[in-house]
Amino acid sequence: MYDIERVRADFPILATEVYPGVPLVYLDSAASSQKPAVVIEAMADYYRRYHANVHRGVHRLSEMATTAYEGARVRVAEFIHAAAPEEIIFVGNATEGFNLVAQSWGRANVGPGDEILLTEMEHHANLVPWQMLAAERGATLRYLPFNDDGTLALERLGDFLTERTKLFSFTAVSNVFGTINPVRELVDAAHAAGALAMVDAAQSVPHMPVDVRALDCDFLAFSSHKMCGPTGIGVLYGKRQLLEAMPPFLGGGDMIRRVTFDGFIPNELPWKFEAGTPRIAEAIGLGAAVAYLSALGMDAIHAHEQAITAYALESLSELPGLRLLGPPGTQHGGLAAFTLEGAHPHDIAEILDKDGIAIRAGHHCAMPLHHKLGVNASARASFYVHTTTDEIDKLVAGLHRVRELFRLERD
Amino acid sequence: MDAGIYREQIIDLYEHPLNYGQLEPADFSYEEDNPLCGDVIRIDVRLDAEQRVAEILWSGDGCAISQAAASLLTEEIKGQTLAELKAFPAERLLELVGVPLSMARVKCALLSLKVLKAGAYGIPDPDTMRGHE
Repeated sequence: MYDIERVRADFPILATEVYPGVPLVYLDSAASSQKPAVVIEAMADYYRRYHANVHRGVHRLSEMATTAYEGARVRVAEFIHAAAPEEIIFVGNATEGFNLVAQSWGRANVGPGDEILLTEMEHHANLVPWQMLAAERGATLRYLPFNDDGTLALERLGDFLTERTKLFSFTAVSNVFGTINPVRELVDAAHAAGALAMVDAAQSVPHMPVDVRALDCDFLAFSSHKMCGPTGIGVLYGKRQLLEAMPPFLGGGDMIRRVTFDGFIPNELPWKFEAGTPRIAEAIGLGAAVAYLSALGMDAIHAHEQAITAYALESLSELPGLRLLGPPGTQHGGLAAFTLEGAHPHDIAEILDKDGIAIRAGHHCAMPLHHKLGVNASARASFYVHTTTDEIDKLVAGLHRVRELFRLERD
Repeated sequence: MDAGIYREQIIDLYEHPLNYGQLEPADFSYEEDNPLCGDVIRIDVRLDAEQRVAEILWSGDGCAISQAAASLLTEEIKGQTLAELKAFPAERLLELVGVPLSMARVKCALLSLKVLKAGAYGIPDPDTMRGHE
């Protein structure tokens, strides 16, 4: 039994008031999730008791910090079922993971005439790094279209994966539509065409069980701050043999084995890709977040979110003038993006904010997607481990208030 | 019910904008968007012999604040000289809008003024600039 009240008590911020007498209704976890006390305390504990640099000191604190930092890597590896901790590279965020692959693997493997396949529903993080690479290397980007209901046009995949395709990089869950894409099927299609497959897991790893070996993906990236962890750290997973063959990304300390005035020999995995003093506190925080989510159970979290999402989609669809973006039913992750006729998303978000309700308004870092839909912006409510049906009711009541203020409630 | 920044005047202007449309030809035109929220505003201006604003129309799409501000700005700017227009203070437009705005929403309110000044100073359209890369 999923004890929602106990989960809510784990998050100190949920007991706060946004304005005097107005409690927080946080429906913006897809942008960034809130933090349970265990994560905040794990990071504070490191700073209070054993902060030191890692991998270099022989003193006690450095050893403790190194153990905690590398322990976090082991936890993350187990969490996504990587074959070994060496396949877990700590980066700044999912965005940096894409940039790392584009700059390191991409520059070494992508040339003029080669193609990189993306989809039309990608976040800018999985668009711009490839646009930069394609411009530099004379490669071509192609985009698998989405259908009107926000699902991918899977039947057209054969037209887009060719012998020129070097990489297919796609999102596991759309951050706008909420579409849960058939990752394994897409990975297999890429491999059958002789291409590598990279997965944007920023909206999947926080919300559902993810097994990189079962998916057989070559690279996968996600951000800590969307999964109860701190900002400033993310994860790039890569298959060991690929990571080993790739040149370093950023140069500096920690990523080298030996340096002379003439050159350097890079360090082993995973440190080859972690230049400079790493994100120690952040890794420790992420490790605590992973332990927290594991204790709740990713299956239980997913089931909770599916129930909340179904409730939200049904409640929202009863509002006049409201257009839901994305597919109905179970292929829908824990979010609901929508437009409301007669009220701009920015105005919706501002009015809801007065009721303490936090939602996202804008293009959610997916401008090409919104352009294709013919809308400048949308509003998005997103759900997480602590979201209640009562909060969805408040959202719907808030939207009725928007309609009243904008004189749309005339019937 | 506390309407907050959504007072009658703002909603009225959102429903019934003033000076809405486009001028072809115009002495200067400019269009820009606010990438944060996707609001787009275009302003077309015709000047008279004394370099005063004879006609001004705006068009675009966006939130109630940016749209109401565009109506208020174009109404205020009529008859002003090009020099006055270039010096039009942001504070004056916020005063005209007349509701307390958060930092993020100040940008919405000032988008039309940014567009107007960019046009007045003859700044090339950013999309056109991209085309020359």
